[in-house]
Amino acid sequence: MRLKVESILAEKNLANDVQVIGTGCFGFCEKGPIVKILPDNTFYVQVKPENVEEIINEHIIKGRKVERLLYVDPKTQQHKEDSKHMGFYKKQMRIALRNCGFINPENIDEYIARDGYKALASVLERNDPEGTIEDIKKSGLRGRGGAGFPTGMKWSLCRQNSADQKYMICNADEGDPGAFMDRSILEGDPHTVIEAMAIGGFCIGATKGLIYIRAEYPLAIHRLQVAIAQAREIGLLGPDILGSGFDFDIELRYGAGAFVCGEETALIHSMEGLRGEPTFKPPFPAVQGYLKKPSNVNNVETFANIPVIINKGWEWFSSIGTEKSKGTKVFALAGQINNVGLIEVPMGITLREIIFEIGGGIKGGKKFKAVQTGGPSGGCLTEKFLDTPIDYENLVAAGSMMGSGGMIVMDETSCMVSVAKFYLDFTVEESCGKCSPCRIGNKRMNEILYKITKGNGTMEDLDELRNLAHVIKDTALCGLGQTSPNPVLSTIDNFWDEYVAHVVDKKCPAGQCKALKQYVIDPDKCKGCTACARNCPVNAISGTVKNPHEIDQKACIKCGTCYEKCKFNAISII
Amino acid sequence: MDKIKSLADLKKKREQLQSNMQLRESGDNVENMIQIKVAMATCGIASGAKQVMETLIDECNKKNIQAVITQTGCMGYCYAEPTVEVKKPGAEPIVFGYVNQAKAVDLVDKYLINNELLEGIIPVNYEKIDK
Repeated sequence: MRLKVESILAEKNLANDVQVIGTGCFGFCEKGPIVKILPDNTFYVQVKPENVEEIINEHIIKGRKVERLLYVDPKTQQHKEDSKHMGFYKKQMRIALRNCGFINPENIDEYIARDGYKALASVLERNDPEGTIEDIKKSGLRGRGGAGFPTGMKWSLCRQNSADQKYMICNADEGDPGAFMDRSILEGDPHTVIEAMAIGGFCIGATKGLIYIRAEYPLAIHRLQVAIAQAREIGLLGPDILGSGFDFDIELRYGAGAFVCGEETALIHSMEGLRGEPTFKPPFPAVQGYLKKPSNVNNVETFANIPVIINKGWEWFSSIGTEKSKGTKVFALAGQINNVGLIEVPMGITLREIIFEIGGGIKGGKKFKAVQTGGPSGGCLTEKFLDTPIDYENLVAAGSMMGSGGMIVMDETSCMVSVAKFYLDFTVEESCGKCSPCRIGNKRMNEILYKITKGNGTMEDLDELRNLAHVIKDTALCGLGQTSPNPVLSTIDNFWDEYVAHVVDKKCPAGQCKALKQYVIDPDKCKGCTACARNCPVNAISGTVKNPHEIDQKACIKCGTCYEKCKFNAISII
Repeated sequence: MDKIKSLADLKKKREQLQSNMQLRESGDNVENMIQIKVAMATCGIASGAKQVMETLIDECNKKNIQAVITQTGCMGYCYAEPTVEVKKPGAEPIVFGYVNQAKAVDLVDKYLINNELLEGIIPVNYEKIDK
């Protein structure tokens, strides 16, 4: 196609006036090949080599668009001529990430120029904290840390408790494997969090704000420090903000990176200098939090939504999303997907749209197998959930959860037992050890999973896994413990056959579990060249020259060297 | 820096800053007004955004191009880091992906000087809320 374009341009003496560029995938593969013409942004889809001349003649020379080849919007059946009007490009909507990548995060002026601190000013001027809380309630904003508790409700609970000192706390202890939404917001737009914390502080009656951030985010910490200093310097933090009589200041508290410290009671203990262990609720932090004073803990992304809700009104915010989940959610796309990265999408979008349209599909053209959401507390969703609109309730109903927004995509080569094992490894490592269901139960489950992937599992083990999982769910102390069996339960539910294959047939269908692989030599194909035997690191292959060789399965360490060295395709994996 | 003491102060400051930015964006001196933003969150820096930014500054100095080069946060295109957004006056901003140091030199020579596009352009794939 490219050659054709270039040759026709050369024919028409346009080679110097028109530049042909091979660009990355437009992420719109089912309509390919695609030709985009700049500067007017015209998008031609499903272009065939024989159309090229027509496009050049009509569009480039005569300046007329070739209507027939324009993209047709499936909903309105209208030809769309430029990419900005195509539905596909509107899948994402940036609220929390609105300034990330636009402003210099270390310059408060750029934030102010993009309506920064306007929301704080209007909240202070209105001087009606209850009214503001009411607006947040009506907006339908829910906690973006994972559990989805209504933010306005949380604020009003904390406001009701009177005390000489209250605290507004930001949870920046992002711990899910593969999740980096909060880090990006803090690094790209630290002022939005500061502004929202001040708004929240004013609403609940707190004059102190604390950001609990993990020490392993040095750049985010640096940018927060710069931002806080700048805000103080021009009087947007400190005493008597904007002449309203409201005092508010923010300090940072560093976490050592323990997963459990993302749980709000554990986070508060860690800030107090105690062990990062959760405690039973009630009392809720809204009653007795940091230093036993009423405290309110919100996640970074939750805060990033607040200034926009105030500036654009709760009606606007609540018009986005589904019935019970409003607004947008930031997801960190990772795993076997082409466009790894951060995306922000309205609630109610489907997994299919996220993975295949925004994410550009599965790497290497492989088949989609599952997507893991919600981190170690979430679950794996399979193909049958691809068209479910994403919101808090639907994900729970599907056996996973929203979580903080990590989304790990897996292709057909992923072994689901190993995936469950990976998450349980993480939980076992990170369990604080305070309650026995989580400390011991997860360890036992993990041992069973190891046993299964080594080929020693039995059907009783599978029952035992389910049992343990349910006991842990019912009896663990904190939210993290209660949800830790989810990766196991959801893989058992969705990939039962794969578990059975490991246990009964002693096979790993994805070919990932080393212990279950067997390399065998086909005696009919083996020419006796001895290449395998010479390269085997453990001398597990025997045989004489020009006679078929044999692998001693007991000695074999399944390194795969013989498989690579064989020139006659005589070795197969079973 | 002066303290902002009231809502009126803040409004004034915002208007002033916005008009400054506008001046930067729509001024008539083309040479002066190129704006380059380098995505420098942890992800970008890890893939070499710092060196890319230094290269861009060096190249622009060497070739006498007046450009405002600033750092910004993560644009979300981790698969294509380092990413650089270039806004030429009167043109839509363009995000270039996979910009290593060699490509940064190309970017200056081809796009900044000759207005030629490079490979690896990332199309805008989200809706903005402010407009």
